[in-house]
Amino acid sequence: MSAEKHSPLAQFEIKQLIPMQIGDLDASFTNSSLFMVLTVLSVSAFLVLGMRKNAHVPGRWQSIVELSYLFIANLMKDTVGSEGRAYFPFIFTVFMFVLFGNLLGMMPYSFTFTSHIVVTFTMALFVFIGVTIIALVKHKMRFFTFFMPPGVPIYMAPLLIPIEIISYLSRPISLSVRLFANMLAGHTLLKVFAGFIISLGLFGIAPLAFVIALTGLEFVIAFLQAYVFAILTCLYLNDALHLH
Amino acid sequence: MVENRNDQTKMQERGRFSEEKQGLAEIERKLQKVNADREAPSKLAAKIKQPPSNVMGLAMRASVEVVSALAIGFGIGWSLDQWLDTRPWFMLVFLLIGGAAGTLNVYRMALGFGYADQYGQTRENTEDKGDLQKDE
Repeated sequence: MSAEKHSPLAQFEIKQLIPMQIGDLDASFTNSSLFMVLTVLSVSAFLVLGMRKNAHVPGRWQSIVELSYLFIANLMKDTVGSEGRAYFPFIFTVFMFVLFGNLLGMMPYSFTFTSHIVVTFTMALFVFIGVTIIALVKHKMRFFTFFMPPGVPIYMAPLLIPIEIISYLSRPISLSVRLFANMLAGHTLLKVFAGFIISLGLFGIAPLAFVIALTGLEFVIAFLQAYVFAILTCLYLNDALHLH
Repeated sequence: MVENRNDQTKMQERGRFSEEKQGLAEIERKLQKVNADREAPSKLAAKIKQPPSNVMGLAMRASVEVVSALAIGFGIGWSLDQWLDTRPWFMLVFLLIGGAAGTLNVYRMALGFGYADQYGQTRENTEDKGDLQKDE
């Protein structure tokens, strides 16, 4: 085995499983795509099979499904209000996709697609463009008053409007970088410390304990980052629906 | 006898009716409670407004906000320079504006400990202050 195999970053390597070429575009089915498909399948299985009995008194599994529904429903009620109900399916899908992607990535030998900025940035860009379109459709030209805070003297406008526009444009970046950086850093840290366990021999017990604790923390982060992604999407949606 | 029986059935009916009424009142009360719970903001809303307990997380969020705004400023300035062949002037100007936007992002984050713009809140605050001044 080569030394590269043991690099802490080897886990993020994209491998082509089914090479595909569309014109100049490399559209291969990769391990990243495989885990996205697995995520979609497991989310669907989790929800559909959990609700299969549709009992009035839910069992354990059905309770978890209902809790996850209520969790996002409450989140939307608190951040967006009743106008946001139409967008519930989207937020719920985003949340479950990111959550299950993060959690599947915690399995040994699996791949964490949320640790790639391409994936998270694409999702953030879809949210950003979608939210902007919603705001434009709902408020028409009034949307552009968003970049001019109320009560600001007119001579400040040439300075303030570019600042506000840049602040608005920075949203998809901060949204995607937060998820990507957390997943990347966590998984790299896990691998680095796992590498110390064997090389330190008997003293490897210390990094082993650390890795166990860190694995627990990673599960928390996996959930927390999915939650943050969903809540930020909700807050952007709230801005789009209510402007100031 | 007949009258007596009539009275008895009447009594029974009345009893049943009041029982039903009680049951309905009970259901009404429960419904109102459920509806109130549904309308009231849950504990989550209060949690969002509070500062996160994790200081590292806060620092991380603040730095991401600044860096992303700077990156957008740099990107806009650099592409304007490429287009108009004015290197490095637009880049310098937009880096400054990007820095200001980043500071604004962090300021907003710190104001509400929410994630988005807090115009509504700040406006309410200033309006309150205005009222106070008027009162004085």
